[in-house]
Amino acid sequence: MQIHSTVAVLPNDNIDTDQIIPARFLKTISKEGLGDQLFFDWRYNADGSPKADFVLNTPAAKASRVLLAGDNFGCGSSREHAPWALTQYGLQAVLSTSFADIFKQNSLKNRLLPIVMPKEAHTALFAALAENPALAVTIDLPAQTMTWPGGPVVEFPIDAFAKDCLLQGVDEIGYVLKQDTAIAAFEAKRSFSLNTLI
Amino acid sequence: MPSNKPRTIIEKIWDRHIVAQREGAPAVLFIDLHLVHEVTSPQAFSGLRERGVKVRRPDLTFATVDHSTPTTPRNLPIVDQVAAAQVAQLEKNAQEFGIPYFGFQDRNQGIVHVIGPEQGLTQPGMTVVCGDSHTATHGAFGALAFGIGTSEVEMVLATQCLLQRPSKTFEVNVEGTLKPGVSAKDIILALCAKIGIGGGTGCVFEFTGSAIRSLSMEERMTVCNMSIEAGARAGLIAPDEKTYEYIKGRKFAPQGEAWEQAVAFWKTLPTDEGATYDHSVRIDADTLEPMITFGTNPGMGMAISGTVPDPAAQQDPLERESLRKALRYMNLEAGQPIAGQKIDVVFIGSCTNSRMTDLRAAASVLAGRKVNPGVRMMVVPGSQEIKRQAEAEGLDRVFREAGAEWREAGCSMCIAMNGDQLSPGQYSVSTSNRNFEGRQGKGGRTFLASPLTAAASAVAGVVTDVRSL
Ligand code: SF4
Repeated sequence: MQIHSTVAVLPNDNIDTDQIIPARFLKTISKEGLGDQLFFDWRYNADGSPKADFVLNTPAAKASRVLLAGDNFGCGSSREHAPWALTQYGLQAVLSTSFADIFKQNSLKNRLLPIVMPKEAHTALFAALAENPALAVTIDLPAQTMTWPGGPVVEFPIDAFAKDCLLQGVDEIGYVLKQDTAIAAFEAKRSFSLNTLI
Repeated sequence: MPSNKPRTIIEKIWDRHIVAQREGAPAVLFIDLHLVHEVTSPQAFSGLRERGVKVRRPDLTFATVDHSTPTTPRNLPIVDQVAAAQVAQLEKNAQEFGIPYFGFQDRNQGIVHVIGPEQGLTQPGMTVVCGDSHTATHGAFGALAFGIGTSEVEMVLATQCLLQRPSKTFEVNVEGTLKPGVSAKDIILALCAKIGIGGGTGCVFEFTGSAIRSLSMEERMTVCNMSIEAGARAGLIAPDEKTYEYIKGRKFAPQGEAWEQAVAFWKTLPTDEGATYDHSVRIDADTLEPMITFGTNPGMGMAISGTVPDPAAQQDPLERESLRKALRYMNLEAGQPIAGQKIDVVFIGSCTNSRMTDLRAAASVLAGRKVNPGVRMMVVPGSQEIKRQAEAEGLDRVFREAGAEWREAGCSMCIAMNGDQLSPGQYSVSTSNRNFEGRQGKGGRTFLASPLTAAASAVAGVVTDVRSL
């Protein structure tokens, strides 16, 4: 899995999932149509027209597969609608110095790479993009590296199991379903049931 | 697994729930209690149907509706058709998969994190999950409880297990005695302000110390509830006599001999002498002041006597810009005192502060006083059971006579999905847990605070220290 793409830049720290997809769009019972609602309150005017100066409305960002954000991306609500909206918009990776735990898990399950960058490289990339907004980065998942012209080779961490699942297309639920014998053995050791309602 | 090494309660619960552990892979962790609500579950049930699998343990699963549900009288239908469809979908899913369900009109309906403990479902030593980041609330009982995403909801429904790596352990030690006017909410807001909204990322908190021990179970829930707001996926408090006393006799609590066995087990849970944590922080309860947030995340908080910080004083350029942006959104000036700021709405409710202790605290301030005519005050109990209890105590009368609205149970203005919301530009003092932009309605501005501070502010019409009333 290699991504070669220009970068959309959203330089805010602590971008929370309420911004990524506001709660009023969570009344849906499907996963469809969330891409248009991504960052809704930052992206559209009161009359529903797109704000021309918001980064995700620019043609350049629309062509990007990678989003660069400030520290601690994806904090707050556990809504998986956030990675659903980001991927439906067309993103395949988010770059930050850190990600909130649940968001990170949710992203990996939706083929959205949460790439944790060292602070220095993160700052350097912001600077490089300020100079050349058309700069493209290359993300190499098997090698766990990211590079850009004139920049360092940035190694990023990723959970080894999640990486295997991504590269080999393993279905995690299927993986656990296959461990039925172990689960049944565990259950047999503890005859524990809460409900008397059913 | 080395059994003689002193362990924290977090490690003890973790170890007991490992079903399988393959080299290099995350543990398959057994889940004792899975709570389900209407917003994060529909796509998970669709997934089960596509796979053709059943819910493995409907007897360890429990569903209710809270987020999309109106807080208007229950004999009225749900007007919002999209919300109504979502509520109907959960009802259908619960029926089809055989899951116990407290529906919209059930007398036990309520916010999922309020009814779990109320029904005695939440017990010490359990692993508890829910597709909701405030699942940490259940940690107040010494359970390892954390929020999960919808894919994980599907996994737990299908297998009763979760793929998980252990978190780091983080001790939050709170020693001393809280002053009058200072409450559990102020402890957790102080923690968020101290370590920041990402401070606990990758960790589970254990709250320890004399100030935590002296809190009631309801107050402990308030503290654990907001663990996620300091970045931790879970936060817990070791069980003690107060915990057992709270659980005893509740609907799903163990009975008779099973009760004795359960208590004996629960007593083995507290952290061993000599166990170590990966991180720790200390909060001095004696010097704690009532806290309030001024910005657009829960870490942007300060003592209510303080002044709004100046972005120019921030070293890091991104942080400086974030603070500037927050103050612009809140329309606040650097250096202005937060007390005295005019407000439009006061919200008492949410899984953080909607239980009896919270309602009593708010009522104690409102008794014999009036809500300022410029303020709309909403009081939303966390469950229908709490609503009945509060009415039996006459708290509803105190609220109504003061000029506040007394409503039906649900998440309400904590997340503004059900029609209860701020208008653009309005300010609220809210006992909920998030002050993100638009959290309480598009363009709305939120000050997070305790029920005492919220009620005092309702009376004065401006942000007010309850001790100055
Ligand atoms: S009250 Fe608020 S925080 Fe709690 S479960 Fe409901 S929406 Fe989430």
